[in-house]
Amino acid sequence: MTLLIAILVFGLIAALFGALLGYASIRFKVDADPIVEQIDAILPQTQCGQCGYPGCKPYAQAVADGEAINKCAPGGEDTIKKIADLMGVEAEPLDESHEKDNRPKVAFIIEEDCIGCTKCIQACPVDAILGAAKQMHTIIADECTGCDLCVAPCPVDCIEMRVVPETTQNWLWDLNSIPVQQID
Amino acid sequence: MESIINRINQQKFWSFHGGVHPPEQKTLTNQKPIKPLSLPEQLIIPLQQHIGRQGDLLVQVGDHVLKGQPLTKSTNPMAVPVHAPTSGTITAIKHSVIAHPSGLSELCIFLNVDHQDTWVERTPCNDVATLTNQEIVKKIADAGISGMGGAGFPTHIKVDTKPDINFLIINAAECEPYITADDLLMCEHSESIVDGIKILNKLLNPAFILIGIEDNKPKAIEALKKATAGIEKIHVCVVPTEYPAGGEKQLIQILTGKEIKSGTLPIKEGIIMQNVATCYAISEAILHDTPLIQRVVTVTGQALEKPQNVWALLGTPVHYLLSQCGFDNQGMEKTPVIMGGPMMGFSLPTDTVPVIKTTNCILAPSYKEMPSAFEGNSAEVECIRCGQCADVCPTNLLPQELQWSAKAKDYPQLNKLNLSDCIDCGACAYVCPSHIPLVQYYRIAKAEIRQQQQQELKAEKAKARFEARKQRLEKEKRARELKHKKAAEARKAAMNKATPEATEAKSAVAAALARVKAKKAANQKSPSSSAISAPVETTENQDNKKAQVAAAIARAKAKKQAKPAPEIDAKENAKVEPSNTDSKKAKIAAAVAKAKAKKSQEKAPIQGQEQNQEQTDSLSLADKKANAIAKAKAKALAKKQASSNNDSSTASDLTIASTAESEPAIDEKDAKKAAVIAKAKAKALAKKNKESNTDNKVSEKNTVNVEPRKVQNTSETSTINDTNNISDKDAKKAAIIAKAKAKALAKKKLATQSVSEEKTMHEQEKGAK
Amino acid sequence: MAFWIASSPHNHNQQSTSSLMRLVIFAAIPGIIAQWYFFGWGNLIHIGIAMITAMLCEFIVLSLREKRITEQLFDGSALLTAMLIGICLPAFAPWWITVIGTIFAIAIAKHLYGGLGHNPFNPAMTGYVMLLISFPLQMTTWQPPISLMEIELSFSNTLTTIFTGFTIDGYSVEQLRTSIDGVTMATPLDTLKTSITMGLTVSETTQSSVFGEHFAVGWEWVNLAFLLGGIFLISKKAIAWQTPVSFLLSLFLCSLIGYTIVPDSSASTMFHWFSGATMLGAFFILTDPVTGATSAKGRLIVGLLAGLLVYLIRVFGGYPDGVAFAVLLCNMSAPLIDQYTRPRTYGHSKDLS
Repeated sequence: MTLLIAILVFGLIAALFGALLGYASIRFKVDADPIVEQIDAILPQTQCGQCGYPGCKPYAQAVADGEAINKCAPGGEDTIKKIADLMGVEAEPLDESHEKDNRPKVAFIIEEDCIGCTKCIQACPVDAILGAAKQMHTIIADECTGCDLCVAPCPVDCIEMRVVPETTQNWLWDLNSIPVQQID
Repeated sequence: MESIINRINQQKFWSFHGGVHPPEQKTLTNQKPIKPLSLPEQLIIPLQQHIGRQGDLLVQVGDHVLKGQPLTKSTNPMAVPVHAPTSGTITAIKHSVIAHPSGLSELCIFLNVDHQDTWVERTPCNDVATLTNQEIVKKIADAGISGMGGAGFPTHIKVDTKPDINFLIINAAECEPYITADDLLMCEHSESIVDGIKILNKLLNPAFILIGIEDNKPKAIEALKKATAGIEKIHVCVVPTEYPAGGEKQLIQILTGKEIKSGTLPIKEGIIMQNVATCYAISEAILHDTPLIQRVVTVTGQALEKPQNVWALLGTPVHYLLSQCGFDNQGMEKTPVIMGGPMMGFSLPTDTVPVIKTTNCILAPSYKEMPSAFEGNSAEVECIRCGQCADVCPTNLLPQELQWSAKAKDYPQLNKLNLSDCIDCGACAYVCPSHIPLVQYYRIAKAEIRQQQQQELKAEKAKARFEARKQRLEKEKRARELKHKKAAEARKAAMNKATPEATEAKSAVAAALARVKAKKAANQKSPSSSAISAPVETTENQDNKKAQVAAAIARAKAKKQAKPAPEIDAKENAKVEPSNTDSKKAKIAAAVAKAKAKKSQEKAPIQGQEQNQEQTDSLSLADKKANAIAKAKAKALAKKQASSNNDSSTASDLTIASTAESEPAIDEKDAKKAAVIAKAKAKALAKKNKESNTDNKVSEKNTVNVEPRKVQNTSETSTINDTNNISDKDAKKAAIIAKAKAKALAKKKLATQSVSEEKTMHEQEKGAK
Repeated sequence: MAFWIASSPHNHNQQSTSSLMRLVIFAAIPGIIAQWYFFGWGNLIHIGIAMITAMLCEFIVLSLREKRITEQLFDGSALLTAMLIGICLPAFAPWWITVIGTIFAIAIAKHLYGGLGHNPFNPAMTGYVMLLISFPLQMTTWQPPISLMEIELSFSNTLTTIFTGFTIDGYSVEQLRTSIDGVTMATPLDTLKTSITMGLTVSETTQSSVFGEHFAVGWEWVNLAFLLGGIFLISKKAIAWQTPVSFLLSLFLCSLIGYTIVPDSSASTMFHWFSGATMLGAFFILTDPVTGATSAKGRLIVGLLAGLLVYLIRVFGGYPDGVAFAVLLCNMSAPLIDQYTRPRTYGHSKDLS
């Protein structure tokens, strides 16, 4: 009899708490950003495809599905660290297949070489190339994300990636980089 | 507001949090009058001397300009012009180190002084009342006046405001140690300054005008009081000496007790602040039509024999100022020369830096008086959280916590700790017993935060553009599919009719199938071709396009061949001193020649192979041939270029620069010729292709064929790089040999190719028949 | 010649961490002299042992950590820690107590946490508390004031006692601690605690000779000397005034409340001020910038908290004095206090629209 009572009591308690938890999970549901959106927000949005996916969003989707987090070359270590924090995994060094130099760059069309083939225009993920068939093209430098996707398609190799020059506006106060000049 | 004025009348002021009392050292210079400097030989005038944008150049190298003549014009509200500080000839407009902590170079005008000092025509104005406010603002803008206290904000923007102004505060505090430029200006030109204040009064019509001046300038206070006597509105406020009482927000707090909300401008509280030197410049500009071309600079420090204030023309190089004041480096290996005061100034990397509108001081301290300026950041030890920095911070920040977050690059935390409210005054670092360069950490963090924000903005924009593009592409795709479906239906209907047209259509399908096969074969040959999948459109346009593309590619290639030599020359020249150009050229010539020779050797067997394959694949024979021919021609042309390149570079070896210029010219001509030929040939081909019922595939193939060539181009450049290392002699020898070889090869190639070309042409004709 | 590139500000008030530490050490000298005068050589010998141990230990740890030895070894922080430990220890404690305590303070309490500036707990007090808990017997071998001692105590006698446990003449520590009237002497605080638990009233207890005419023989003067040093430090702006002032005030208030409620079993306010390690704690230990609060408000709170804790431990705790424990507890809460006492930045007033 005591046994029965005990089982009954515990069963009731379990049912009660179960119901409570179930209700709470519905009632207090947190509408968090889907993980894909959060990852996408971290990615640098260069849409460069160096990760092997056709843009930042697809890569974010892939990371959410278990893809390696170290494939974003333009984002570099910072982005990897942030994704690692978000996903609760260990940060890994950048995929070795990418070049280490991730200084910001913009594409530049050597205009006298351009034949107006429009191939780069088709390749540009952010529509930052201006031009028409048989007309010389040019890059809208402010819109260029430096993804270098336009470099490969160019049949005459007239596009090159140029490092964004250091100006007084984007100087990062690195006093050690100032060349000391000998004076008489 | 009345209570504020009452307090001021009783000479009672508020105080700000913190502050320090570094040794003032103003006695070094404040007893001597301002010395007018003799004209230097050369002035270096940076186009941008203020915050904002630079104006557009009005002058060219070689122009003779008169004193006061504008050198740039402003096309943007944030741009102010610069003027010629004296008459002379412009010898260069080039990048030069500017007065900025970064030591970076920006565009500067180099003016050779002719010592005539001839003015442009001026129209002095005797009565300000005759001018409208608009005219005054325009005059201020045209005179190139920007804030002369430090930041250099364009003055005409600051004075062109509509809302009610309660206080116009004239900043005469000059709280930085050592600097006495404003002090002396007030002593000697108080009348002009008051004239300037009156003009500002007319423009802004403030309720009160407060002149904030520290009590360590008794003579200047006396002079100002005398000059402003009888003007009800103006109050000379003598405030206790404490650094940084001259900070905009600090002075406002001292005089009015008001705090300016973080992230807003004082104008929101009805307060405008102008520096005394700016007032002087305004009166000069309006009354005497004298643009801002000179300013008082305190040249001080115990490393100078005769420290004193000077009237320096804008653009005067620092070395001229130092030599005029007897600079002695005391045998030190490295000595700091600081532009600005000891607290907020920046050290100069070189002595060619010019004086600009915001330069108020050149400080050359001796080791004895300022050992910390000589030790750099080497004395930094761990923070012991003593909190002295927090005690002296004028904005009541927590410098030690900021420092930890800055070192950890914890930007959200830095924002939480209000890093953006830091005014870089340096009081915290001044008192830090651990000698931590706190301000430097903050500046780095601030710059990085700013960059990060910009990147985020850019990423946002890029994302939007990417999404928009994706939508557009999808729309296009749908439209195309629809069109194809319609076309397919039409064809089906036609086939079902079983007319002669239908059979024709069928044969077209057969041809298409064959083409697909051919493409597959091609894919096996060059894997890269699979990457390209051009839209299939069966219009005649395509054929034309194909021909054009072929021509274009040939042209481009030809041009490229012409390019390398001069291009590399230019690159090398940038790096190497001019005396080396000779040997460099030889090296490059050698490298180019070698690369060419190598290429031609490699090409020969490949071509043979290709032709063999062509014969086996009879269906796509025409396509293939078109390709091969286009390619062969391009190559032949390239070779021609190579040899001509070599020839001309030999010439340049002998006659150096002059020939180097003609080099590209020759090449260009050749390239043009080549292009014409290629075009013609391509056109012929196009016609033929049409006849043999081929279509756009050819154009695809053409691009395919470009791929391997590109690879070769890159290898070519790498060879060039390698050969660059060879010693001069070797290079020359190699160049001669290589040139000879290349020439011979090119000749041979040309001959064989023309033969093979003719042959294939015949064959094609036969096939077409 | 070349120009030297550095960041602003270019001048400096030429203060340094080491000079700050030195100043604190100098300010403690009056207190040490008073200690010597009333209690003999014991603490001076301990200070010496502690300083030598601290320098050796600091050197070893710094070289293990591959730090800049020349600068950090002589920054004075290790010496200051050693000095504080030496002052705090009972005069007859054996030498190895000092050595162990100092090594613990330097190697574990300071360097294991990242060295100067990173240690969350005051190293000297951590070492002291470790000793107090681990070696309760040795840590209560207090020496009575010289004036109350039966046996004449010379420097050499003290030295041999510390190193061997016996004087040259063969007296043991126990014998040394026995007063003229044949009772083993303890510190005034200790005496007070034991007698109150035994049911005696305060006025009865203070009849004991250790309390002397005022509050406690010797201790009152030692505390006065430390107070003097502390005022000197405040005048030199080497320490912030908030912590000691609020600490003393808080202790005063607590004891005043206790005294008014139960005068029979509560010591006077001044007794709390001038016995034990009150002044040393107020001016030399609680003011340690590394482990204290950084904002002015925070320092006030830390002082208040410390005063309350010291009083509670002295009256209700198991130990006679509570400064060391109070300091550690305050160290623990300092970051939290800092977190909630951040000053309002200029331009961030809620009144500003």
